[in-house]
Amino acid sequence: MKTHLHRPRRLVALIGSLVLAGTALAACGGDDAEGADDMTLRVNVFGNFGYEALYDQFEKDNPGVKIVETAEGDLGAYNTQLTQKIAAGSGAGDLVAIEEGQVVNFLQSADKFVNFQDHGSNDQKDQWLDWKYQQATTSDGASTIGLGTDVGGLAMCYRKDLFEQAGLPTDREEVSALWPTWDDYIATGEQFQEGIGDDKIHFTDAATNMYNSILMQSGDYTYFDTDDNLVIDSNPAVKDAWDQTVDMVDAGISAKLQSFSNEWNAGFKNGSFATVACPAWMTGYIEEQAGEGGAGNWDIASVPGGGGNWGGSFMAVPTSSEHQDMAIKLAYFLTSADGQLSAFENVGNLPSNPTLYEDPAVKDKTNEYFNAAPTGQIFVAGASSLEPVYLGAKNQPVRDAVENALRSVESGDKSSDDGWNTAVKDAEAAAG
Amino acid sequence: MDHTRPAVRRVRGSRGSTAEQLAGYSFISPFFILFAIFGLFPILFTFWVSLHDWSLLGDRSWTGLANYTELVGDERFWTALVNTLGIFVLATVPQLLMALALAQLLNRRLRGLTFWRMGVLLPNITSVAAVGIIFTLLFARDFGLVNWLLGFVGVENIDWQAHRWSSWLAISVMVDWRWTGYNALIFLAALQAVPKDLYEAASIDGASQFRQFWSVTIPMLRPTIIFVTLISTIGGIQLFTEPLLFNSGTNAISGGNTHQFQTLTMYLYEKAFVGQEFGYASTIAWVMVLVIALVAGINALMLRRIRTAV
Repeated sequence: MKTHLHRPRRLVALIGSLVLAGTALAACGGDDAEGADDMTLRVNVFGNFGYEALYDQFEKDNPGVKIVETAEGDLGAYNTQLTQKIAAGSGAGDLVAIEEGQVVNFLQSADKFVNFQDHGSNDQKDQWLDWKYQQATTSDGASTIGLGTDVGGLAMCYRKDLFEQAGLPTDREEVSALWPTWDDYIATGEQFQEGIGDDKIHFTDAATNMYNSILMQSGDYTYFDTDDNLVIDSNPAVKDAWDQTVDMVDAGISAKLQSFSNEWNAGFKNGSFATVACPAWMTGYIEEQAGEGGAGNWDIASVPGGGGNWGGSFMAVPTSSEHQDMAIKLAYFLTSADGQLSAFENVGNLPSNPTLYEDPAVKDKTNEYFNAAPTGQIFVAGASSLEPVYLGAKNQPVRDAVENALRSVESGDKSSDDGWNTAVKDAEAAAG
Repeated sequence: MDHTRPAVRRVRGSRGSTAEQLAGYSFISPFFILFAIFGLFPILFTFWVSLHDWSLLGDRSWTGLANYTELVGDERFWTALVNTLGIFVLATVPQLLMALALAQLLNRRLRGLTFWRMGVLLPNITSVAAVGIIFTLLFARDFGLVNWLLGFVGVENIDWQAHRWSSWLAISVMVDWRWTGYNALIFLAALQAVPKDLYEAASIDGASQFRQFWSVTIPMLRPTIIFVTLISTIGGIQLFTEPLLFNSGTNAISGGNTHQFQTLTMYLYEKAFVGQEFGYASTIAWVMVLVIALVAGINALMLRRIRTAV
């Protein structure tokens, strides 16, 4: 027995030290070795911000700095991950893009982001459209968590070839003249539907895109007032946008698609719809979906109702970043006039810097894919007439609830009244 | 009706010395340490969170059991529960029957036996995201293969996502595609462990093929059936990826316009990361544990009848 007793003892010691060693190893899995002056800045964005050339420039101006960008394709997934990492207080990177719809959400925890006002943003705020700067500033005005990149000035993209088949004018000036208001847009749709005579081709892609465009034109606020009270039921702008959209659905001119779904994406190529609400960044998206073969099929006219905004982003520095000073410098660099211009030339994202709207590089920009449409002029016109719209912290879940209800009306599952009641009820639940 | 079990022989004093015990504990400790960190702690922490009104980015406050009472009156929760159970039954019952039939086929002498046996596992090792995307394309409204085929027998294009029954069916097909082969292989292993002399004896007694299957195969497979059903139950109630990918486009997590195919995990995820209601989402997680335990219990009760039926 004696020898037997010895072995387990040694074994115990051995295993004990192994377990300890394992824990110790796990504990010190820290940063990889970096030189004293070297640093890696991690930038997280969604989609394509068109910053490659700017990164090269910044790395050249700041020796020892290396920039690594991670781009997530899906905005929903990006928002979820960013929320998780900000809430957890680590892993968010040094510089992050925040989309317009999410910025109010992150303003709730403004302390988790660097306040750009402490780094001189107030002194140069005329660099951005006033409302753009306000959107990323807390309601007491004390903290600004993001610097504006682009805005989604709104236009209307249309299929030139399908318009021709339906016997409608195809010239962008004439097309714009067809629909000064949304009622005119619906009337044009009915004319189109009659002319095209094919029930596989519809005038509009989806009720939700028309609805959101109208809603974002209605100024001030939508589902939440500026004190963050849910006002879906009392704000006439919401119900008006709803009713007008239902009129469109009743006219039978909607392809009833869900935006960003496979079918919707395929529709750009297959021609299942002839018009789509078109913020500046959408031009790149259409080109990608419709492919080279679709060049010249699409053109751009002005949006009914005059102007509007869909999307646009900010750059923010999480306080969990270990290289805050350099990240702040990069944020200013990317959102500067030169930075925004570079991104615009690269991927077509419309600058949020109003001084650029007079710049010939923006104003005179044309897009070959869209029959050389003067995109600079069209989108600048849409952006300049914008009114700032306040979106509440719970805007996204409420918007999701209303869009679901609207789609169920569109698909014929519910009447407009039932759908509206569902929208209000679900919105109240979602607002918590 | 055999209730005797082999008696466990206990030897007095075989527990060993303290040192030996310590050695034993340290051998098994890695699992328990890891489980405590990655299993037990999150479970308890989730319960703690579920007692709060806990906004992911904003404030948090203690609310006791208020989340649980709210959940009982939450229509969305009940819809999700019915969807989850509905898809679970619609997917699992045919799946296990098909798996059993497939196992029977694979248990015969066939040409290229290994090929077939490996083949049934292929869908399972395919990435679930790929399966989701392909099937969503197959079930697409305007350009989908399924609607195209149905068109030949005069069926109008079906909007598979739009209706409850059609979305459940399509999702069940996805689940079955992935898991039938896997379960078939487990059944196959069990089938091969059934002693041949039992079948010989049954044939001598004049039992038909069906009678042999019912009275010999099924009772011998009982532990396997229990295992497979339990695993399918846990997987089925946690169903997430297939219905999520089935709804391509914006707001996919809501599982359709009227939430007609939103499962419990999707609802949980929506509440946590879109609605930012971390406390409420944790409550859903805890209620899901109860649901799984309940369904597993019902399964166990039903499966006990297999034995008593003999």
